[in-house]
Amino acid sequence: MSTRTAFSPGTVPLRGAAPTDLQARALRDLGRTGRWRPAEALFWLAALASFFFLPDQHLLLTEVVILGLFALSLDLVLGYAGIVSLGHGAFFGLGAYVAGLVSIHLTGEPLTGLLLGGLAAGVLGFATAPLLLLRASDLTRLMVTLGIAMLLYEAANKAAWLTGGADGLQGVWIDPLFGRFEFDLFGTTAYGYALAVTFLLFLIARRIVTSPYGLSLRAIRDNALRANTIGVPVGRRLVAIYTLSALYAGIAGALLAQTTMFVSLDVLAFHRSADVLLVLVLGGVGYLYGGLIGAIVFKLLQDVFSTITPEYWMFWIGLVLVVIVLIGRDRINAAPLALWHRIRGGAK
Amino acid sequence: MSAALRTIALEKRFGGLVATNKVDFTLEHGARHALIGPNGAGKTTFVNLLTGVLPATAGQVLLDGEDVTRLSQQRRARRGLGRTFQINQLFPAMTPVESVGLAVSERMGGGADFWRSLGARRDIIGEVLDLLERFRLIDVMDHPTARLAYGKQRLLELAVALAGNPRVLLLDEPAAGVPEAERRELLDTLAALPSDVSILLIEHDMDLVFSFADRITVLVNGTHFAEGTPGDVMKDPRVREVYLGEEEHA
Repeated sequence: MSTRTAFSPGTVPLRGAAPTDLQARALRDLGRTGRWRPAEALFWLAALASFFFLPDQHLLLTEVVILGLFALSLDLVLGYAGIVSLGHGAFFGLGAYVAGLVSIHLTGEPLTGLLLGGLAAGVLGFATAPLLLLRASDLTRLMVTLGIAMLLYEAANKAAWLTGGADGLQGVWIDPLFGRFEFDLFGTTAYGYALAVTFLLFLIARRIVTSPYGLSLRAIRDNALRANTIGVPVGRRLVAIYTLSALYAGIAGALLAQTTMFVSLDVLAFHRSADVLLVLVLGGVGYLYGGLIGAIVFKLLQDVFSTITPEYWMFWIGLVLVVIVLIGRDRINAAPLALWHRIRGGAK
Repeated sequence: MSAALRTIALEKRFGGLVATNKVDFTLEHGARHALIGPNGAGKTTFVNLLTGVLPATAGQVLLDGEDVTRLSQQRRARRGLGRTFQINQLFPAMTPVESVGLAVSERMGGGADFWRSLGARRDIIGEVLDLLERFRLIDVMDHPTARLAYGKQRLLELAVALAGNPRVLLLDEPAAGVPEAERRELLDTLAALPSDVSILLIEHDMDLVFSFADRITVLVNGTHFAEGTPGDVMKDPRVREVYLGEEEHA
């Protein structure tokens, strides 16, 4: 007689109160990452409020949100799949150039340029992802991504007939959004546009990372060998997330091109890739908000430090980075909670 | 009817070193078969060849009569070849519910679903809870794996492997490192594994081998050295000499 039946669903008697509690507990655990927390709602409400109550800051806020989306795209591969990259700027830059070129040669309609910029970067991501799987060590991945970004930079530099080379892309012009909202000098339309796109992409990313697919990515990051032995097609899953991440980065680049109406080689420069990694580490990897928070912190620090010491602000950013990495994010995040417990403990 | 798992003249060479030497091996359906051998006998290499971690130099691996010699680990897993590891290979940041839930959803082909949450799949929950119950992980089901007691982690090893609904299961020293207090629980769950799953146990612990297995294969220097019932193998003077004897002297 077979005892296999004992393993089929529903043979643990699911009657009475206790088993239902178990089911609820299991569901709660599975829904843990997907549940909206009050702090999250607060975060997005604050973002919305900034649109209405900080009109003089729209230009800066647009930069912040674009950098945040870019860092979010890196978080998808680094935080969720454990793929390190020093060349994420390649996708950002490609998205920016494609969006700029679309506005010159095809149409000034912003959503078309945004979509094509994202798609182009996604295609590049899909094409280069297999290179990251061949030898899956961190060092190889850093070098391969760095190399691809350098190739792209030089290609854009040489192809001056298309990109304007070192002079940058001239004549980028973006039509009003939905034919109604003109991209104004104060960056109001730009900020609303960038914020809305980022929020939408965030929602999609959030849904994806809490899905079974997202769970399999976390499993791959934790232990690729075991993921393999339970039948997870590791390579395919990684290519998919890398492609999605590239697409997100491309859209961030396209947003920059459209909101500034200018594209230069700077979008493909190495500092883009380095900055975005720094931003993500500042904000913390693997919870989607790290990129957004990191972008706010980075821009704030940049602002503060460059007021104090205009020439040496990178020194201070570097110092903050070193301190954060050495102390460890867990301990920094746990500090307010520990303090809270100490205060409450002391009160008792 | 073909055997659950079979190797024909399976061979693995690392340069000049022959780690697995033309091994013919048969695992019958529903078997409780143990693979033993002194240290360095090539047990791990043999398991790695069976599961596809290492490519074979020559010979064949047949799973239910089907040649899987050139298939990847992941393809063999999907065809019903499950395994556990001598050293825990778990997902430290995930909970048992998530780990087992993932394994069940991958088996059902839902692993590529990037939209619905796993919690929305009620059909999966029942099976996950069943497995957690079988392997006595209910109490700790929503704790991060990294914080579980070692014995519980060994049980999770088994639960994750069983979640794939394997036809053939390779257990690589399942009791290794388990403290005495948690050992009984582990042995009980091993004994209660479904009888239609064909099991190959790779083990050092002779008590466990003799209590669990109805057939034993002895591997020495990568070569199929002896095979038989536990009684036969124990009586075989050649085996006593190279293996059991060696242990006594050790």
